Amino acid sequence: MTKPAPEIIRAYGDRKNDGRIQLSFTLPVAPSGRAKEAARRFAEQLGLKNVLVATTEKAGTNFSFFVVYGNADIALDFSEIVVPEVTVPEWGFKEINHIIHDQIARKVVVVGACTGSDAHTVGIDAILNMKGYAGDKGLEAYPWFDAYNLGAQVDNAALLARAKELRADAVLVSQVMTQRDLHIENSQQLIELARKAGMRDLLFLLGGPRIDHKLARELGYDAGFGPGTKPSQVASYIVDTLVKRKQVTER
Amino acid sequence: MHPLPIDDAVVDECRALAGDIAAGVQRFIDAHTTVSIERTVLRAYGIDGADAEGVPLVNTCVDRYLAAGRIGHGIAWWLGRALARGAASPQEAAEALAYGGDADDGTGGPSKAEVLAALAPHTAAAISRIDQARDKRAADRTRLGTGPRPWKYVIVATGNIYDDADQARAAAQAGADIIAVIRSTAQSLIDYVPYGATTEGFGGTWATQENFKIVRRALDDEQEKLGRYLMQVNYSSGLCMPEIALLGAVERLDMLLNDAMYGILFRDINPRRTLCDQYFSRRVIARAGIIINTGEDNYLTTADAVEKAHTVIASQFINEAFARRAGLPDELMGLGHAFEIDKSIEDSFLMEMAQAQLVRQIFPKHPIKWMPATKHKSGDVFWSHRVDGLFDLVGVATNQSIELLGMMTESIHTPLLQDRFVALKGADYVFNAARHLSEEIMWDPNGRIVARAKQVLGEARDQLREVKAEGMFAAVARGAFADVKRPETGGRGLVGVVEKAKDYVNPILDALEGKGS
Repeated sequence: MTKPAPEIIRAYGDRKNDGRIQLSFTLPVAPSGRAKEAARRFAEQLGLKNVLVATTEKAGTNFSFFVVYGNADIALDFSEIVVPEVTVPEWGFKEINHIIHDQIARKVVVVGACTGSDAHTVGIDAILNMKGYAGDKGLEAYPWFDAYNLGAQVDNAALLARAKELRADAVLVSQVMTQRDLHIENSQQLIELARKAGMRDLLFLLGGPRIDHKLARELGYDAGFGPGTKPSQVASYIVDTLVKRKQVTER
Repeated sequence: MHPLPIDDAVVDECRALAGDIAAGVQRFIDAHTTVSIERTVLRAYGIDGADAEGVPLVNTCVDRYLAAGRIGHGIAWWLGRALARGAASPQEAAEALAYGGDADDGTGGPSKAEVLAALAPHTAAAISRIDQARDKRAADRTRLGTGPRPWKYVIVATGNIYDDADQARAAAQAGADIIAVIRSTAQSLIDYVPYGATTEGFGGTWATQENFKIVRRALDDEQEKLGRYLMQVNYSSGLCMPEIALLGAVERLDMLLNDAMYGILFRDINPRRTLCDQYFSRRVIARAGIIINTGEDNYLTTADAVEKAHTVIASQFINEAFARRAGLPDELMGLGHAFEIDKSIEDSFLMEMAQAQLVRQIFPKHPIKWMPATKHKSGDVFWSHRVDGLFDLVGVATNQSIELLGMMTESIHTPLLQDRFVALKGADYVFNAARHLSEEIMWDPNGRIVARAKQVLGEARDQLREVKAEGMFAAVARGAFADVKRPETGGRGLVGVVEKAKDYVNPILDALEGKGS
């Protein structure tokens, strides 16, 4: 395989390759000339040049908030960057139902939950509930899906037990809470449990505002979906994968 | 402020319907008690402490008498018997109930009169403890004064109570009037109140009596430096709703989130359990002079904010009716609503204005709590900050009382110190720039805003009619609120609901209801 031509990129502010970026942060000191100088040095130690401390704000008696601009010297070869992305066919509601009907010939069963201590159901609701998200119907609305939304704070073991009982094809996990990487620990635990229970052949999908496909793959999931994902994308991914798997086993 | 030209008769009808709905539930409430109510009674009597495994003494006592099938008499009855038989203090009596020989089976003396007499001085002391905390708060508030309305409300959520106290101070220094310490996520579902100071939580910090004290101490100190009274908020919700109310009352909290509907819909807590708990907690809260915050804003995170706007209004009427039944004055009812309409919709700002003004007008004395956008925000913090600017403008233009400031990092992480600073600075600008805007606004009687307000109010009335016809429990089971269905006997905590025996004794409740001695 030939190596792609290098494609060097730098941050773009006012002019090509100027490397101008902005950042904001707080230091635990009262605002003063010294505080401002500390902010400048802080930015310099991050590698920024021509640092401009645009503002020094009093964010508390002993806290200063800064907005800083500087030139980053960093150059990247964009051609070397490879990120696994979920490839999802762009199918709509009707098409997805047709494909299930024609190629799978039974309802696809999906079980979803917010696991662990996570109580934020906005994400799983958007994908599974009838109403869906941004005008895109949720999986409950698909005649060829049987979608079960178990809601919030579902224990990993309970989720697997329910998936087994319902003979689920796919398990959807939503993780919103991210404090101290709680979402990572809990998400991994589900996959470990699934392996032990001999259920890893089910499709496992992970979603949430801080989730992407790369992270989900690293955690042992088949796919990851970040913010803005529409139910039809999740549905397409599930159906597409099930159909492909079926073709493999039938061969 | 020029009012929206809406039909007052519709408002009156809504209020009457909500009163009937609450009356239906009150019959159930009056006939039942719960394990959490009984634990609260013990806490009111000053029972404190936990065993080596962290199980609070109040839980051990109540669980023992629940298991013995005797909690229907009220834990106060058993406590009073132990006192009448010679226990030196309520604490010693409670320890005897929890750990002593066999559970008291009620045979033999003392007489009912002796039991009530044994409890009477302790009941008076319990009520006095609540009153003293209320008086101390009132004195501090009067002496220092509060900031102009809308009061700026921010959240801290580090998980470590000492970090929370530092962040609370910093937020106050940056202009916040109200500090809420977010609870650890799963706390609403655990059936006991954790003990002591805590430094690890999940998405928030455990609500404990000691943690309440730590934050209040920091605010007491900071408010003297700032010359402005600072308010503290926590959560009287979930399975320990009344216990937290009592702890909040004695630790001088200023506001408590307190809404059975929130627990039912969003935490799957059993409707019977939490509606009983809510009544008792609101009795405590009313006595303590605490402002409740209700959670109608949350409906719009699961249901559509345009189509289901009326469910917020309907629920506010019902919450008001429940609160009135528990003796809360309007001035303590912080009914909630939110800026949650999809930002891509044309004239969404007009619809937000319509609803905010409508709520303000229907509930004129109530310290209405105005909540920011959360659902239609993004990782683009600059865009989110602009959304919060419009939210602030609606807040000040419609005279909202309490505004929970939007965070530009909503949907990214729990707020950083600088996120709160930026939000406070932005709100200060908008509130100051538009301070008297509300006095200038006149509503076009044929315009979009008036039409929207009338439509939403009419739909709320229709919904209240339906809920009255089917009953509150059936309506909740059908999914009438937030598009979430919760059956009357489903959810967590039903086992802790017990029918009151004929001779049920609860002198604390009697005192709070203004009955008896």
